[in-house]
Amino acid sequence: MTELFLRAVFADNLILSFFLGVCTFLAISKRVETAAGLAIALTVVQSISIPLNYLVLEYLLSAGSWAWLGLPDVDLGFLKLIAFIGVIAAMVQILEMVLERYVPALFRSMGIYLPLITVNCAILGGSLFMAERQYDLAESFVFGLGSGIGWGLAIVALAAIRERLRYADIPAGLRGLGIAFIVTGLMSMGFTAFGVVQAP
Amino acid sequence: MARLPKTVIDPIIDQNPIAVQILGICSALAVTTSLTTALTMSLAVIAVLVTGNLIISLIRNHIPTSIRLIIQIVIIASFVIVVDQLLQAFAFGISQRLSIFVSLIVTNCLVLGRAEAFAMRNPVGPSLLDALGNGFGYAVVLLIVGAIRELFGSGTLLGTQVLPLTTEGGWYPGLSLMLLAPSAFFILGILIWAIRSVRRAQVEPNEYPPAAEAREARS
Repeated sequence: MTELFLRAVFADNLILSFFLGVCTFLAISKRVETAAGLAIALTVVQSISIPLNYLVLEYLLSAGSWAWLGLPDVDLGFLKLIAFIGVIAAMVQILEMVLERYVPALFRSMGIYLPLITVNCAILGGSLFMAERQYDLAESFVFGLGSGIGWGLAIVALAAIRERLRYADIPAGLRGLGIAFIVTGLMSMGFTAFGVVQAP
Repeated sequence: MARLPKTVIDPIIDQNPIAVQILGICSALAVTTSLTTALTMSLAVIAVLVTGNLIISLIRNHIPTSIRLIIQIVIIASFVIVVDQLLQAFAFGISQRLSIFVSLIVTNCLVLGRAEAFAMRNPVGPSLLDALGNGFGYAVVLLIVGAIRELFGSGTLLGTQVLPLTTEGGWYPGLSLMLLAPSAFFILGILIWAIRSVRRAQVEPNEYPPAAEAREARS
C-alpha cells in the first residue's frame, strides 16, 4: 500500500509523467494561494470519486454483475466512460452542497475551483487508470489520495517557481506559456528521480 | 463565401488550438512517443471533433441553454466510445499503446471548447470547416512532436529505421530522454517559442516589466 501511495505521488505523478490535467495546471498556476486551493479540492474529489467509480464499475458495469437478476451475459463495460463522467459531475455537485451547508468557510475558499474540476482530465484519467490496472476498493482509495497529492504538489511547486520568475529576463517569445512548459519539463525530470524511492 | 476557407486555415498556425488557444494539451503530450500513435490519435480527435460539431450544430436550436454542457458531453462521449471500440476492433495493438488516452478525448478541452464556442452558434457548414481546421491544427503539432521524439529517441519514423542504432551496429546512439515525459514538455515549449518568434503578435505582454523599462514606457 505504501508502495502504491509513493508511486502515485512521485514516480507515476499524473501531470509530470502522464500529462493529465495539464490545461488546468498551466492556467491556474500563477499564484501559490489559488494553486493550493485547487490542489486541496482536487485531492478531495480524487480520493472520493475513484473508490466510488470502482463500486459503480464492479457492481453495475462489469461482466456478470447482473447475474443475480438472471442476466449473466450482460456486460455494460462499454458504458464506463459515460458512467464515470456522470458520477464525477454528480459527486462534485453534491460535495459542493454538503460543503456549503456544513463547512461554509472551506466552501468559500475552494468553491470556485470545484466546477473547474469536473472537466479536469486528471480526475477522469485517475478513474480510467483504476479500471485499467484493476485496483480493488482499498487500492483505489490509496491511489486516489496519492495521485491527488502528487498533482497538488506539482501545481503548488510550479506556481511558486512562476512567482519567482516574474522578474526574470525571459526572451520575449518564451514569456508566459513557453517558459511554463520548459519549467514543467525540468520538474518532470526531477520527479523521474523519485522513481527510485522505495517504501522502507 | 470568401471567409469559409479562413475558418479552416486560421487554426492551423495563427489560431493553433495547442500553441495559441492552450486547448487539448493533456493528450497531445502523452501520445507522441512515436509517429504512429500520434497519427492515430490525431485521426481519432479529428473524427470526434467533426462528428460532434456536426451533430451539435444540427440540434443547436433545440438544446436548452441550462443543460447544454451535459448534452454536449454526452454526444461527445458517445462518439468517443464509438471511436474507441472501432480502434479496439481493427487496430488492437495501437489501441493498447494509446491506453486510456482515447477515452480521455471526452475531457479534451479542444472538443468541448469548439462545440461550445463555435458549433452552438453557427450553421452546419462553417461548424464542419471549423472542426476540420482545428483538428488539422491539433494534428500538425502532434505530428511534429511525434516525429521529433520518434526520430531522435529510437531512430525510426513510422517504424522504419532511419538512423541506424549503435545497438544494431549503426552509428546513432538512441537518445532515451526523448522517449521520456520531460522531452515532450521541452519540445512543445521550444515549438511555441519558434512560432512566436515568427508571429510576433502572439507574444504575451510582460506583466512585470523591470523598473527602468516601466519608467521609459510611462514617459
